[in-house]
Amino acid sequence: MSANMTTERQKFNGPMRLLHWLMAAMVLTMLFIGIAMVASIGDYHILLSIHRPLGIAILILVVIRLATRLSSTLPPFPATMSPQERVAARASEVLLYGLLFVQPLVGWAMLSAARYPIVLFGSIHLFPILPHNVMVFSVLRQTHTILAYLFFLAFIAHFGAVLFHTLIVRDGLLSRMLPGRARAR
Amino acid sequence: MALSGANQDAKNTYGSGESLRETLAVEKHPAPLTTGDMFFRLAGIGVLLLGVAAAFLYLGGWFTPQKLTPGRFVDELQRLNGIHPGFRRNHAKGVDVSGFFDSNGQGTRLSKAVVFQTGRVPVIGRFSLGSGDPHATDALTTVRGLGLQFSVSDGEQWRTAMINLPVFPFKDAQAFYDNLVASEPDPNTHQPDPAKGAAFFASHPDFARAIGIIKSQAPTSGFDNSTFHSLNAFRFTNAEGTTTFVRWELVPVQPSEPASGPDASQDKNFLFDALIASIHQHPLQWHLILTLGQPGDPTDNATIPWPEGREKVDVGTLTLDSVESDDTGTARTINFDPLILPAGIAPSDDPLLSARSGIYSQSFTRRAGEQQQPGAITPAEVQK
Repeated sequence: MSANMTTERQKFNGPMRLLHWLMAAMVLTMLFIGIAMVASIGDYHILLSIHRPLGIAILILVVIRLATRLSSTLPPFPATMSPQERVAARASEVLLYGLLFVQPLVGWAMLSAARYPIVLFGSIHLFPILPHNVMVFSVLRQTHTILAYLFFLAFIAHFGAVLFHTLIVRDGLLSRMLPGRARAR
Repeated sequence: MALSGANQDAKNTYGSGESLRETLAVEKHPAPLTTGDMFFRLAGIGVLLLGVAAAFLYLGGWFTPQKLTPGRFVDELQRLNGIHPGFRRNHAKGVDVSGFFDSNGQGTRLSKAVVFQTGRVPVIGRFSLGSGDPHATDALTTVRGLGLQFSVSDGEQWRTAMINLPVFPFKDAQAFYDNLVASEPDPNTHQPDPAKGAAFFASHPDFARAIGIIKSQAPTSGFDNSTFHSLNAFRFTNAEGTTTFVRWELVPVQPSEPASGPDASQDKNFLFDALIASIHQHPLQWHLILTLGQPGDPTDNATIPWPEGREKVDVGTLTLDSVESDDTGTARTINFDPLILPAGIAPSDDPLLSARSGIYSQSFTRRAGEQQQPGAITPAEVQK
């Protein structure tokens, strides 16, 4: 193993970092649009028009991201992380990936069950993935809200953990996801 | 990059990275934080996380209970009408209809929407009365609604919810909401407080003017000879990219008749019964007439009629030939959201449109999860 490879391994690879930050921005935008549109009279329509295609874009990207994740070498955890903390980090990763898949699918499925056209833009629309059943819509619609709050909580926990490592432990955890080449140690 | 085969053993798992050899060595421990510095940093993290969470909840209306939201609008409808599980929170009483729209192709010069190309498109619809009470007694002066869903072959849809008033009494959702609040019954008299109604009238000149226009046109005898209006303006865009503001109306082929007698002499469901009898005799037809706006015509205020003499284009004929009870029909499970539009029709800047979309969605979501109760117009009544 070359020295160069050792240092490179201190960071997530380029595609993973790009997908992480791109999707982080998209997901945060989605969460804020989602909660705002439901409470909005004047901006409901414009926000909903963004929400649908952005959700489908996240669904497409998470497929690419999972494939990238499974074919990439990951940087190790910092030595400062206890075994328990590593378990928590791994579990939160599984939860976040799960939400990235499930939340857009629930959105698509609930619109299908209500027979709302799933318009992306212009006349481009998706096919329904469930039969017309308003009771199923109702359950999925509530699920969509619950998952959105869960997603936001998971984001806060993730953000908080990274801030803690960056400002208190100061172990360079965040640098693994930042741009640039890995520092030689 | 560490994507080469040399690192197969370390691939793809944090698990194999657990051994200390593979963990990121922290060779230089940073200097320990002072207690004050630690406190400052922890407090900063806490403030940042709380701030993000507060912003999130603020957008959801958690800290602004006075702000009108779709949910609060529907809450007010429920306060006035009670909760009738499974029913629309407004226009609760209705019957489902179906038929088709024959486009004559004239609309293509204004909109590229497929529905305007020459040909036939299936339509599902619902006639309703404007009240949140699904068992309200029919009255001539109650607002009559017609919701329609045009289904184009490729899955594209156009939905519209029209009423028989020539203009809408409220310019935005807030005015509508304030009017609902003003019409709440007084706890002592169980009647709306006339002073509140008068105060609303005085403070809403748009409303006063619209009511004048509405009262100048006596309602016809029934649903079948009513004209239904889009009320709001929409932006039509044709294949060349030219945009025209349009309001539309459905003008009945059935001859207009004045109402035959006072409501009190009539059966509880007389308007719906007459509609059912009429549709059993012969298909009911309406011309879809587009009215083309001129620059300067109000597109953002449905309380104001457009001037007389605007060009009108007859784009086709709606035929409704089948009627079904709301208990068994498909239309009950459809939200006639006026912003479900095909490419070629887009919303105008009328604030009512987004409000209607959000509020209808809220009403639909609530009733979708409720056990459906029998409506006023039973399946047996529709067979008569």
